[in-house]
Amino acid sequence: MNVQDKPASGNRAASPGGTYSGDHALQHEEPLIFERGRTDVSGVDIPDVEIGPRHLAGLERVGEIGIPGLSEPEAIRHYVRLSQLNAAIDTGFYPLGSCTMKHNPRLGEKVARFAGFADVHPLQPQRTVQGALALIAELARWLKELTGMPAVAMTPRAGAHGELCGIIAIRAALENRGDKRPIILVPESAHGTNPATAALCGFSVKSIKATGEGRVDLASLTQALSSQVAALMLTNPNTSGLFERDMIAIADALHAAGAYFYCDGANFNAIMGRVKPGDLGVDAMHINLHKTFSTPHGGGGPGAGPVVFSERLAPFAPLPLLVEDDRGFRLIEDSREAQPASPFGRMAAFHGQMGMFVRALAYMMSHGRDGLRQASGDAVLSANYILASLKDVISAPYDGSCMHEALFDDTFLKGTSITTLDVAKRLIDEGFHPMTVYFPLTVHGAMLVEPTESESKRTLDRFIAVMRGLAAEAISGDPAGFKQAPVFAPRRRLDETAAARNPVLRWKP
Amino acid sequence: MRYLPLNDDDRRAMLERIGVSSIDDLFRDVPASAREPQFDLPLHAGESEVERMLSRFALANTGAGECAFFCGAGAYRHHVPASVDYLIQRSEFLTSYTPYQPEISQGTLQTLFEFQTQVAAITAMEIANASMYDGSTGAAEAVLMAHRVTGRNRAVLSGNLHPHYADTIRTMAGLAGEIVVTPPVPGSADEISEQIDNNTSCVVVQNPDVFGSIRDLAPLAQVAHSKGALLVVVFTEAVSLGLVRPPGAMGADIVAGEGQSLGNALNFGGPYVGLFASRERFVRQMPGRLAGQTADVEGRRGFVLTLSAREQHIRREKATSNICTNSGLCALAFTIHLSLLGETGLRKLARLNHARAVTLAESLVAIPEVELATPAFFNEFTLRLPRPAAEVVETLAGRGVLAGVPASRLFPSHTGCENLLIVAATETNAESDIDLYRDELGGVLAR
Repeated sequence: MNVQDKPASGNRAASPGGTYSGDHALQHEEPLIFERGRTDVSGVDIPDVEIGPRHLAGLERVGEIGIPGLSEPEAIRHYVRLSQLNAAIDTGFYPLGSCTMKHNPRLGEKVARFAGFADVHPLQPQRTVQGALALIAELARWLKELTGMPAVAMTPRAGAHGELCGIIAIRAALENRGDKRPIILVPESAHGTNPATAALCGFSVKSIKATGEGRVDLASLTQALSSQVAALMLTNPNTSGLFERDMIAIADALHAAGAYFYCDGANFNAIMGRVKPGDLGVDAMHINLHKTFSTPHGGGGPGAGPVVFSERLAPFAPLPLLVEDDRGFRLIEDSREAQPASPFGRMAAFHGQMGMFVRALAYMMSHGRDGLRQASGDAVLSANYILASLKDVISAPYDGSCMHEALFDDTFLKGTSITTLDVAKRLIDEGFHPMTVYFPLTVHGAMLVEPTESESKRTLDRFIAVMRGLAAEAISGDPAGFKQAPVFAPRRRLDETAAARNPVLRWKP
Repeated sequence: MRYLPLNDDDRRAMLERIGVSSIDDLFRDVPASAREPQFDLPLHAGESEVERMLSRFALANTGAGECAFFCGAGAYRHHVPASVDYLIQRSEFLTSYTPYQPEISQGTLQTLFEFQTQVAAITAMEIANASMYDGSTGAAEAVLMAHRVTGRNRAVLSGNLHPHYADTIRTMAGLAGEIVVTPPVPGSADEISEQIDNNTSCVVVQNPDVFGSIRDLAPLAQVAHSKGALLVVVFTEAVSLGLVRPPGAMGADIVAGEGQSLGNALNFGGPYVGLFASRERFVRQMPGRLAGQTADVEGRRGFVLTLSAREQHIRREKATSNICTNSGLCALAFTIHLSLLGETGLRKLARLNHARAVTLAESLVAIPEVELATPAFFNEFTLRLPRPAAEVVETLAGRGVLAGVPASRLFPSHTGCENLLIVAATETNAESDIDLYRDELGGVLAR
């Protein structure tokens, strides 16, 4: 165990570079609030009022709750110190493939905090929230126009929730035509959320193989199609960073077989402002506003995952529906009022991730159709620049150019004891957040690099130089620098096996 | 374009290295028929222009701060300390993602570990996860988890559960089994026990319920457990846990709550944060991320995401949930607010909320023909008015009072709800707000 929050011991730790405090200049050891806070301290001044038992029905809480408090200065120092232990887009290059870690404009933070958005209740009378409803309608218009799709469900709360929305709509459409189809096709390279979503909706999942060039094999797909197949879930550009050239043929084959085409829109950043998925035959696609339209990732959310629908699926989109008539905007929250549409139900309480909608719309309006097109172009350019600059020393599984992310494998490490994980940990010491590793699962030791459009050429060149240096060092025969990494991070490698074998999920006195 | 660092010289040099002549050449895999469509959208705009356009939307709404405000029913207006919003905008919290690389994510991981501990403590449960999207989707995940734990697939939902939650459960868990919902009974316990049979995986009950009523759930827990079913307790007002007996003290097996009340603004319904807690022995059936304690190779304490063998990125179609991105930053806001409050602050805040609600209820029921339908409550109660509540709310909205949520908006298909008004009071209500509400409601009803 460490020396957290113990008074300076008077002994320097034995290790080289040891200090009396256990801290190292700007790197602080920060205890848990439970080790520092006290239950009689509060950082909020609240009047202490007397209450009577009359309306509490004898249900008053008794005994200690067990949560300490911190004064405001203590709280601020605690969380600021903890923040300093995180890598973030704002502090360095974060090429986490499939996650689109682009710059988050601060204008979004400012406007989302306008009282007219932040201090509005979801169940206020609708005539008091016409601006909020108009904003949702405007964002919906942008999303429909950018995707070339006629309808959008705004309420899903993240990408995986959007997938769920899309697949339930497909299920509802099938039921509506009296068709029971138990199978959903998913490429082997898909995000884990795709098969998990299909299973959650009661479908069995059948894997589709890829061609040697990393795309869906149209022949195996056609072979797998039958009256039992409800849909294909396909990411495009796919998880190997490649555009599915046969998109239209895939859509035609699915439709001819009576199946629907679900597109995972996680990688929409590569084609926004350039390609409309509706032109490719897609029936449903979620859009991760936190990726493509740059609402902050927040250490793991919140996100937002609106789903666009084709004409065939639009009638089944979930409640609430937003309509405009001569009296203004109106939410339809009762399925009986939705005729002739037949919404399948409700994805979540209320009307969607308003805070994320405001930020996403600010991003879209700032870029405009020209800026979005330039952004996707720069994202694809940057990924190809990395690919072209590294593929002579770091093996890439597929030939040709890529879209917005460059995929490498671990063939170049053959004959060394160094793994993809070791390379990732070493990158930490070099000051970069590692790329996505071991995904997609179809590529051995995969390293998926997504630079986004937010990086300068100078940053890309530094990253390329570091990667080339690492590749040379790896094959030179000395693995020590990789195996011990990271040595400069707030923590060295952590024992994840022990964490899972004997889970400690909360502090205990 | 102010967000794009590359200039045309950069682009030319990069294209040269790649060996193509234009960016468009990199899109040659796109079918020709789908290339370069037209977009009916405006061109880029400067920051001040975008701010002005968005201000127009914002100004067309009535903010809660502009009037006497009493809406609840699943979202509550509380004061959030200024330091909370400052801290969650720290770049290192705001612009990081899921802590896949724990060595450089200890800030997020330690706050999640603290969050989990706090959530477990306030709900009086053994363990909690790192958050769900919100209370409603968390409730649906709780039902699916109960199915996995019990091997059964029938869920019984209290009619006094927030209808949006019941609908969300129907959507997300309706495909996995039968969902039974009892009729709503404002002000008393619904007869949910009778619905529990030997194939019932769980009963889902909200406390305080959607009408604001609080009740002792221990007898229901006993019946559920005697039939092998789990008790899932939902709450939408986290501040209630500072005063009202917590789910864990009444026999709850799984708790799914909305955490918006602490740290998070109303935001017109989102983003919010789902709190999710359970008994420790069910941990491997839990949905969502979990932060766990471990040590690094030098023996120093550190935190990692753990038990990921439950999760979609490892287990794929056999995962306990499809959730990936959750509600990290809202969970951070929650945990910071709760750390500032501490035990003392949370208790005081809860007492103040209750006191405000009691004052409000007593002054409103003094109006002729206005009755209190929920005698036991925390900071929210239901009034029975002599005429349809929706009309009254519309009228009062024009007089500077957002008077609450008409039950008919939540239960459109239940007759008998028309005259019910769900009213919430919090520490943000001044006495003058309460007086204004009383005077205006009295005036409207006297006409």
